[in-house]
Amino acid sequence: MKSRWRLPLRIVALGYLALLVVIPVGSVFYRAFQHGFIAAWDAVTTPDAVHALWLTLLVVLIAVPLNTVFGVGVSLILARHRFRGAWLLDAFVDLPLAISPVVVGLALVLVYGKTGWFGNWLAGHGIEIIFSFPGIVMASATVALPYVVREVLPVLQEIGTDQEQAATTLGASSFTAFRRITLPSIRRSLAYGVTLTTARVLGEFGAVVVVSGAIAGRTQTLTLFIQDSIDNLNPVGAYAGAVILAILALVVLTVLGADREGRKAKWRSQSDQSPSDSEMPLPSTTSILMSPMDH
Amino acid sequence: MRRSIGKVLRPAARATGPTLIVTYLSLLVLLPIAAILSKSFQNGFGSFWTAVTQPEAVAALKLTLICSLLVAAFNSVAGLVIAWVLVRDDFPGKRVVSAVIDLPFALPTIVAGLTLLSLYGPNSPFGINVADARIGIVFALAFVTLPFSVRSVQPVLAELDRETEDAAASLGASSSVVLRRVILPSVAPAMLAGAGLAFARAIGEFGSVVLISGNLPFKTELASSWIYSLSQSDQLSAAAAVSTVLILIALVVLGAIGIVRRRFNVGEAV
Repeated sequence: MKSRWRLPLRIVALGYLALLVVIPVGSVFYRAFQHGFIAAWDAVTTPDAVHALWLTLLVVLIAVPLNTVFGVGVSLILARHRFRGAWLLDAFVDLPLAISPVVVGLALVLVYGKTGWFGNWLAGHGIEIIFSFPGIVMASATVALPYVVREVLPVLQEIGTDQEQAATTLGASSFTAFRRITLPSIRRSLAYGVTLTTARVLGEFGAVVVVSGAIAGRTQTLTLFIQDSIDNLNPVGAYAGAVILAILALVVLTVLGADREGRKAKWRSQSDQSPSDSEMPLPSTTSILMSPMDH
Repeated sequence: MRRSIGKVLRPAARATGPTLIVTYLSLLVLLPIAAILSKSFQNGFGSFWTAVTQPEAVAALKLTLICSLLVAAFNSVAGLVIAWVLVRDDFPGKRVVSAVIDLPFALPTIVAGLTLLSLYGPNSPFGINVADARIGIVFALAFVTLPFSVRSVQPVLAELDRETEDAAASLGASSSVVLRRVILPSVAPAMLAGAGLAFARAIGEFGSVVLISGNLPFKTELASSWIYSLSQSDQLSAAAAVSTVLILIALVVLGAIGIVRRRFNVGEAV
């Protein structure tokens, strides 16, 4: 296209981004600190807010490791073995991406809720899942299920098993072979997948709001606290809470950005070496369908 | 001959690994989705049909589909422009712009909703109030689906051969002809795939619209909000029925994207 279009297009593109993304996100920071830092600090240090923050972090600490182990396990199975129904396993892992988080929450209620499939059995054993902490963890884990698999699986398929087989032939146990050969080569994509998982779990709203009951000081995560604050005319609390999550999101973006750059750089410098995830193309956004964060 | 999953795994891991994985997947995905389907048709197809054809459900589904289509279409044009600027233009701070495009991915959706509410809500400094209005929903959906639209066409645009464009231009083709005859045919499949992803994302969206839409029945209530309010009032089979409709639409769209990708050999969005 002719260069006279360059400037107008640049203005249109940047203008759209500014109006849709940059100015709105900036305004949240402005609103949070509109009445001074002290007011914002007070708003996020109320007992309910602090509890919400801890709850969110606790959910991350449980759901992310579970999903990571699961993701690596599924990736190993799908990459290394051919069996009937492999495509089905693959499809089911991806399913949460295609489903509204509210529907995910509802689905969990239908299985683990009071009137759900396991409702009686759970009640009989005194186990509470819905409207309780385990339900929040399950909802978060479900929506974030696909990320590790989507990042790790293509790399595992790429690297094959030659080196690992060589190691086992030389006497390494299969665990040692995994730890010393496979893990280092999937390290980068695993880190990327874990970052996406963490981001999604941190920000999950739709699935959690359905299963948690959003009881302040008990089952209220940080995202629920934000909504609750808006409903209860506590905008400073909402904006301050949003700033915390926005900063965490910016950290995630930085990690992902550094990772992309790292991949590109490595790709350029070691194209002659054996395949590893450093040669993988940039990660796909399809894997982020429905976003790393909640809907 | 294909072997069964048990035989191929190493003896130590044979029993535990796959069992744990299948259990985890069953507890989190298989059983819950099966429960949605079974609950939808619990009282026969008739009750399913009643649930999805009651006026409030129809209004919510219609609004969801219209807004999602609108946003997918608009953002695929905006996405093309932004991707073109990122690929062909050069200016200071381009890397920051690239990061900004990923921001809607990284930002929790409730925060996205709050950002839009703070700027385009009742206290808007611009005097633009789109809260409790349908256009507010479009704003929110445009925000969360932007990355799909940009990142789908960007790699295709980057690989586009510039010589074809230059040749067309040197033979006297105007900018609009180059755009129509050279650029658009190459990026159209990728744009379509991006629009599909954006649409699939939009129809299930909840967090970013819940604050700005106001959830007014028949006016700004989306399917996800309707499912939510049904579930809160314990009308679980009606909620499941509408959920089933959403799931089916999403699966059809994602299937169609798969076909477009294979047919036109468009890779995964980067």
